[in-house]
Amino acid sequence: MRAMIVKEFLQLRRDRRTLAMMIVLPIMLLVIFGYAASFDVSRISAVVVGAQAKNFSQRLKAPFSLVGTYPGQGAAAARRDLRDGKADVAFVTGGGSTLVFINGADLFSARAAETAVARLSAPGADMPRLQAELKKVLPPGAEIKLVAPVPPRVKILYNPGLKTTLVMVPGIAGVILVFVGTLIASLGVVRERQAGTLEQLAVMPLSPWDVLIGKIAPYFAVAAIDLALVLAVGMWLFGVPMRGSWVLLILGALLFLFVTLSIGVLISSVSQNQGQAMQLAMLTVLPQILLSGLIFPLSSMAAGVRWISYLLPLTYFVQISRGEMLLGQPLRDLWQPFLYLAVLGLVAVTFAILRFHRLLNPSQGLGAPRRVQSAEARP
Amino acid sequence: MSWGVQGVEVHFGKVTALRDVDLALPPGEVRVVVGGDGAGKTTLLQVVAGSLRPQSGEAAKPPAARIGYLPASSGIYPDLTVGENLDFAAAAYGVSGQPARERRRLLLTRAGLDGVERRLGGELSGGMRQKLGVIRAMLHRPELLVLDEPTTGVDPISRRGLWWLIAHAAAEGSAVLVATTYLDEAERAAELLLLDRGRVLASGRADEVVRGMPGRLFAGDGAPAAEDARRAWRRGRRWRLWCPDGDADVGSAWQAASPDLQDAVTVALLQEGLDDGEGGVA
Repeated sequence: MRAMIVKEFLQLRRDRRTLAMMIVLPIMLLVIFGYAASFDVSRISAVVVGAQAKNFSQRLKAPFSLVGTYPGQGAAAARRDLRDGKADVAFVTGGGSTLVFINGADLFSARAAETAVARLSAPGADMPRLQAELKKVLPPGAEIKLVAPVPPRVKILYNPGLKTTLVMVPGIAGVILVFVGTLIASLGVVRERQAGTLEQLAVMPLSPWDVLIGKIAPYFAVAAIDLALVLAVGMWLFGVPMRGSWVLLILGALLFLFVTLSIGVLISSVSQNQGQAMQLAMLTVLPQILLSGLIFPLSSMAAGVRWISYLLPLTYFVQISRGEMLLGQPLRDLWQPFLYLAVLGLVAVTFAILRFHRLLNPSQGLGAPRRVQSAEARP
Repeated sequence: MSWGVQGVEVHFGKVTALRDVDLALPPGEVRVVVGGDGAGKTTLLQVVAGSLRPQSGEAAKPPAARIGYLPASSGIYPDLTVGENLDFAAAAYGVSGQPARERRRLLLTRAGLDGVERRLGGELSGGMRQKLGVIRAMLHRPELLVLDEPTTGVDPISRRGLWWLIAHAAAEGSAVLVATTYLDEAERAAELLLLDRGRVLASGRADEVVRGMPGRLFAGDGAPAAEDARRAWRRGRRWRLWCPDGDADVGSAWQAASPDLQDAVTVALLQEGLDDGEGGVA
C-alpha cells in the first residue's frame, strides 16, 4: 500500500495542472459563491413617465434607483424602456392610479420589484389605523378625512407568471452550446497528440486554418442541431415565446458557438492529455454557468466579481437569447453583446491559430520536438 | 534531384540531438539510419521530413505534398478504419480518381491488408498497423519517403512484407530514408548512417563501413581478462575482442575473426565510449 501511495504522490507532483486545479478550484468556487451567488436584488432601476412623473420620482426611495423621469412620455415609452433594458420597473403616472410595468424577463429583479411596489402602496392599507390615531390627538369635534392613495396597478411584462422556465430555457441553450463547444471540442487536438497523429498532421500539406476549421466544423454541426432541439423543446414543451427575430437569435448563437469552439480548440492545443483538457475546460465552463447572469443576476454580484462576467461569452449569449425570445429586442438594443462576442471570438481564434502554427509548423514547436526530446535526445 | 541534409545541428536546451550531420538522399535509393535509443534518429528524420527546423545547417526537401512520412507512432488513427485512414491521407494529399483507387487497392493487397479494410486502426496488430502506416505514407507516390522505425516490434514475416513495400517505393523512384535498430536491415540499404548521441560515427555502404573498421577483431570461447573487458562483447556463444592496435598480442585463446556490420557498428560505439572514457559494451 505504501508503494502505491508514494507512486500516486510522485505522479500527482508531476501533474502540476491537476495539482493547481485542486487548489484553484475550491478558491474559485468560494469566491464565486461568496461574492456572486446572490439572489438578493438591492437596486431596482426605475423610470417614471407621465404627468405626475416629477412629483412621483421625488417620492421614490430605495431599493428603487431612478434612471429617468420623462413627464412628456406615456405607457408606450415606458414599455420600450423596459424592453430595451434601460430599467427594471416603469411607473406610468397621471390619469387616476399609477400603472407599474415590471420586466418579468429578469426574474429576481421582477420579484424584488413586486415586493417593493406592494410596500409603496402599503400606507393605503394602514389608513383606518392612522384615522384612529389622529382622532386621539385632535380636539373633540374636529375631523380630518384622510384620503387613501389609489393603489398602483401592476403589470408584469414578458413573463407575466414569472415562470422560471421561460427565463432559464434561452440561457440553458447557451449552456448546452458551451458543453458541446468547449468541453467536447477541447478533446479534439489532444486526442491527436495522444494518438501520435499530430506529428503526422504537421508534415501533411494542411495549413493551420485547414486543421482548425476541420476540427471545429463537426462540432459546429452537432451543436447547431443541439441548439435547434433545445429551442424546439423549450418552445413546445415549456411554452417559451419567440418575440424577436430568428435571424438575430441564430446569428448570435452561431457567433457564440464560434467563440466557445475556438476556446475549446485552444484549450485542446495547450493540453498534454485529455485529463488536462477536461480540467481546463471545466475551469472555463463553471464560471460561465455561475457568473453569466444565467442563474444569479449580474446586478446582485459584487463589482469585484462582476467584471469577470463581462469576460465570459455566455454572459452575452444569455443577453441575446433572452433579448430575442422573451423581450423581442431589436439589434439596436443588442449591438453591445454582439460586438463583445465578436471581440471574444476574434481573441480566441487568434490564440488558437497561433497555437496551431506552433504545433504544426516546422520549428522548435511544442508538439513533435518535445516528444523527440523525451524519446531520443536524453543524455 | 537529390534531397538530404548538410551540417545539421539540433539542440533541445542543453541537450544536443544532432551535431553536424550530413546525409544525401538520391531518388530510387533506400538509405538507413541506425543507432541505439537516444542516438538522434527520430530528430534527423523529423528534420528531413520538415516537422523540425534545425538550429543550423540546411535541409533540402520537396514540398510537403510530395513527402511521405511515417512517425515512430505509426500515425494511424485508432478510431478510423483502415479504409478511412487511407481516405483521409488521399484527401489531404489531393489524390483522387481511378488510378489512385487502383493504387490504393494494389498497396492494400501487397501489404496483406485487403481483407481488413473495415477494421478500426486501433484493432490492428502492431505489424498490420505499421504496414498501414507505410502504405499511407507512400499512397501519393512521394518523392521523399521518410519512415521512422517501421519494423520495430514487428514479427519477421511482417518485417519482410514491410521491406518489400519499402523497396517497391524506391523502385518507383522515391528517395527513401528508414530509421531502424536492426543491422540486417541496414545491410540491405544502399547506404547507412550510424548515429550515436547525435554524432555520425560511420556512413557509407555496409561493406565500406565494415572495411573501415579500425584495429583488429578476435573471437574466442573464454571470457576476456579483466583488463580487456572494456573491449570485449558476447556474440552468440562466443566472445569478440577488439584491439585498436593491430599488432597487439592477445594470446592463443583468441583467433583472428572477420568482422561483419554488427561487429563494425559495435566497434564504432565502443571506440566512441572509450574516447569518452566510458565502459565497454559486453
